[in-house]
Amino acid sequence: MRGTLAAEFLSGNVPTTRLLTAPVEGWDKVEIWIHYGDATVHRHAITVAEERRSPRMQLASDELLRAYRIMKMIREFEERIHIEFATGEIPGFVHLYAGEEAIAAGVCMHLDERDKITSTHRGHGHCLAKGCDVYGMMAEIYGKKKGLCGGKGGSMHIADLSKGMLGANGIVGGGPPLACGAALALKRAGAHGVAVAFVGDGGANQGTTLESLNLASIWKLPCIFVIENNGYAEATSRNYSGAGQRFADRAAGFNMPGVVVDGHDFFAVYDTAAKAISRARDGGGPTLMECAVNRYYGHFEGDAQSYRAPDEVKKIRETRDCINNFTQKMIADRLVDRAELELVDQEVLALIADSVAVAKAAPKPAAEDLLTDVYVSY
Amino acid sequence: MERQITFRQAINEALDQEMRRDPTVIVMGEDVAGGSGTQGEMDAWGGVLGVTKGLWGKYGDRVLDTPISESAFIGAAIGAATSGLRPVVELMFVDFMGVCFDQIFNQGAKFRYMFGGKAVTPLVIRTMIGGGFRAAAQHSQCLYPMFTHIPGLKCVVPATPYDAKGLLIQAIRDPDPVIFFEHKMLYSLEGAVPEEAYAIPFGEANFMREGRDVTIATVGRMVHVAMEAATMMVDNRVDCEVIDLRTTSPIDSDSILESVEKTGRLVVVDEASPRCNLATDISALVAQNGFRMLKAPIRMVTPPHTPVPFSDVLEDLYLPDARKVATAVCEVMRYKA
Amino acid sequence: MSSVHALTMPKWGLSMTEGEVGRWLVGAGAEVGRGTELVEIETEKIAGVLEAPTPGVLRRTVARESDMVPVGGLLGILADAGIPDSEIDAFIVSFQAHFVPEVESETSRSRSETIMVDGLALRYRRLGSGAEQAVLIHGFGGDLNTWLFNHEELAAGRTVYALDLPGHGGSSKQVRSGALADLSQVLGGFLDGAGLTKAHLVGHSMGGALALEFALAHPERVPSICLIASGGLGSEIDGDYIDGFITATRRKEMQRQIEKVFANPQLISRQLVEDVLKYKRLDGVEAALRTIAAQFCPGGQQAIVRRHQLGSLTMPVLVIWGAGDRIIPQTHAAGLPDSVRREILTGSGHMVQMEEASKVNKLIRSFWDSV
Repeated sequence: MRGTLAAEFLSGNVPTTRLLTAPVEGWDKVEIWIHYGDATVHRHAITVAEERRSPRMQLASDELLRAYRIMKMIREFEERIHIEFATGEIPGFVHLYAGEEAIAAGVCMHLDERDKITSTHRGHGHCLAKGCDVYGMMAEIYGKKKGLCGGKGGSMHIADLSKGMLGANGIVGGGPPLACGAALALKRAGAHGVAVAFVGDGGANQGTTLESLNLASIWKLPCIFVIENNGYAEATSRNYSGAGQRFADRAAGFNMPGVVVDGHDFFAVYDTAAKAISRARDGGGPTLMECAVNRYYGHFEGDAQSYRAPDEVKKIRETRDCINNFTQKMIADRLVDRAELELVDQEVLALIADSVAVAKAAPKPAAEDLLTDVYVSY
Repeated sequence: MERQITFRQAINEALDQEMRRDPTVIVMGEDVAGGSGTQGEMDAWGGVLGVTKGLWGKYGDRVLDTPISESAFIGAAIGAATSGLRPVVELMFVDFMGVCFDQIFNQGAKFRYMFGGKAVTPLVIRTMIGGGFRAAAQHSQCLYPMFTHIPGLKCVVPATPYDAKGLLIQAIRDPDPVIFFEHKMLYSLEGAVPEEAYAIPFGEANFMREGRDVTIATVGRMVHVAMEAATMMVDNRVDCEVIDLRTTSPIDSDSILESVEKTGRLVVVDEASPRCNLATDISALVAQNGFRMLKAPIRMVTPPHTPVPFSDVLEDLYLPDARKVATAVCEVMRYKA
Repeated sequence: MSSVHALTMPKWGLSMTEGEVGRWLVGAGAEVGRGTELVEIETEKIAGVLEAPTPGVLRRTVARESDMVPVGGLLGILADAGIPDSEIDAFIVSFQAHFVPEVESETSRSRSETIMVDGLALRYRRLGSGAEQAVLIHGFGGDLNTWLFNHEELAAGRTVYALDLPGHGGSSKQVRSGALADLSQVLGGFLDGAGLTKAHLVGHSMGGALALEFALAHPERVPSICLIASGGLGSEIDGDYIDGFITATRRKEMQRQIEKVFANPQLISRQLVEDVLKYKRLDGVEAALRTIAAQFCPGGQQAIVRRHQLGSLTMPVLVIWGAGDRIIPQTHAAGLPDSVRREILTGSGHMVQMEEASKVNKLIRSFWDSV
């Protein structure tokens, strides 16, 4: 069923969302969120009498600009790498996050220096959202000594532990156990820090992820599992490879809340993450958030994507793009004005252009770097 | 006389003293408290062979029973190690690496290098190895060569109670991930162990016995087998030098070469399966760097290339023993300088 | 006395139960003088050479190279040329038939004990039972085994204590300021605790400086002092040795340092190095040694020199030095007051009491006898 998920998204009449499948104390038990295909948010707070304000109204305009800047930064970073990779100057392979920006931004905006994240091989967005340096990332992707990992990691292994970014990960499903451990350390430290494991729909089928859900639940770890369901595990459809309607439903079996949100909708992600994270900070334990989303590029750069419907990505870009939708709403609601956004655009583009220029000009690692950093002392 | 305690007590004491010294040290694994959530004793077991017994009573929630989810809890230990804790995690039998190796060799082992030297992963994985327990093919292997193969891991195979304590303390204080292989047949071995804490540096072999004629290099339980063989050879007027390497990564190449330079003959004893194991590794080292020192071909004493059998008759045949080592020594002694 | 002399495995040091026979340095049939080097012996702790106890002909070499022979076991026969072979053979048969190796027992290993002094645990070993008492004080980085080859002989007819100083051996690793004055107080506390009103003091190296410090402060408690390769008699000391000893964590590094304290590095067995490393590895030892070194020899120079005060001491003083001492030069033994008895032993380094144990033992015993 090629492109089923995208078709489902595009049809606009299938709720792609959803609800708490595992009622847990401390979580609004029957609160239902429905994010329809057109990205309008309908909230049905059945046991909550008061109608809450729309989440976008709760954000100050500088926060909105910050959200925009993060998403824009990720988008332009990835678009530029898409172009540069084609020139052959970037070694190895890269996996681009374009299209999924609302998730990294909507989750990481709640995190601070205390908090840790683990990522996937599609990790540029998570790195940028968690505060990794653009120059250091770009240099790393080019395999340069000034890169965040000294040119020893590359796109799939960008990490900056000083920022709480425990690494993009070349192993599908590699991150959740690490996030559990980080959460354990944070819990013991007692400073209310949380760990977030970003996982793809491919990783969601790994035993590591399922084991981690169990471990996080029995130890009540401050850990949030964010499943970025972009519809394809490499080239294989999520509908084929994953049993059950929703990954979020699996949370019920581990006695934790499972929520589906529209991963194109920054506000949906932001508000859900706010709940999950504050619950974790307060000792409430883990949450699983499934974010339904699409990726704009292939599994890796150079992937012809012949497994996708011909116009699939084009239609998503036109109708469901997280940045366009965000921008339109902001401007329609007069929360920010276009000039402000354009200023951000210019700044981001200039920064990325400069980071590429600097990365290209930077020296590669020296021969002696081959043997360093493998043990502390030998 | 110095105080004598068992190999098992030595490990327990190392954990106890390090947990007391450093509040970031935690112990986790299957049944390490051993009774969590049950109606009986909270710490009934203290590990399947009782090595961690008593720690829960002293350190409470710093001793964590885990579900039988090796990937999750070994990975969690690695994640915790990157985030300020010093976990000592128990992989009950090394044979269980099959269900969690990714976390060890793709994650923990590689962080430091892959992240450009900016990550520390101060983690210890304690795990049981070895045959002789009639525990059959999935609970008797000596898989340390597979870990030794991975850059970024340090691998420790202690042979004596003194070394078990000092090497485990070093492992806990070490900033790199360390795999600590405990031979299950050694747990009841007694030896002199100081009461104070001490750390033995890695990569420093222990000369168990000095000799002039043949170097026998080995680790773990095979050290005792080699010593027994060396004693047998005294009657044949062959003077064996027995080197316990203590760690397979880093490995003390200098001591091996230094000894072979003196003796000119090398027997390597390894309880691991014979292909790509410690014996082949050391043999290659000496063939490459000490060819001119050799008076005789190198002999390797290993099990055959089969799984570990269950029946006692077969397992006894399978395992290297003193007689096999002595035979190898006699063979290398046939070559005159 | 029989003119057939059995050469047997000597007992060098308290813990020795057997020795390994090395090369015979003279062949059977050779005529030897008293003191001729006969055969190399290697023990767990140290290697040495057995000398002919009396002139004669080496009639038989019974033990062969690389044999392990228990203490007292037969190595060879020294006898007059005129004694017939049949008598020699009969002697050997009879010796071997009656020889029973000494069984190692708790008492023969002589356990160490521990005493609390001002909150510090001090380990010591006591041997002998005479009314006269003495305390042996090791040097920097040493312990009571510094006296392995001396303690037993010195304890014949006297009660002799060998002490582990704070920061050393099996004693507490707390050293307070680490200054000699502090250590001197601890020594006083030890004498009190052990019930010694008076004790001869024998100090090696820094232990000598400490003995001197204590004797100056409490002359009434010290009937004599013996200073061996002693600190406190001049400012020179091999600071690189001190630093190297503190920082060495591995066998080879430590071997290099220990070689400096012996005139003949061949004497050093791997076990000796391993024993030092076992001590060095204990938590707190490195810090303790650094603290003591910073007081005793900051910047590679001894901080306290008391040679000018030696003349004011009322008790007899014996100074022993190895001529080949590379840690504290034997020149420190020169120019001392005439009242000080001085013995320089050639062919010996800083560990003169180990390298020339029997000579040093004789010197000390006759010194004590003369007090």
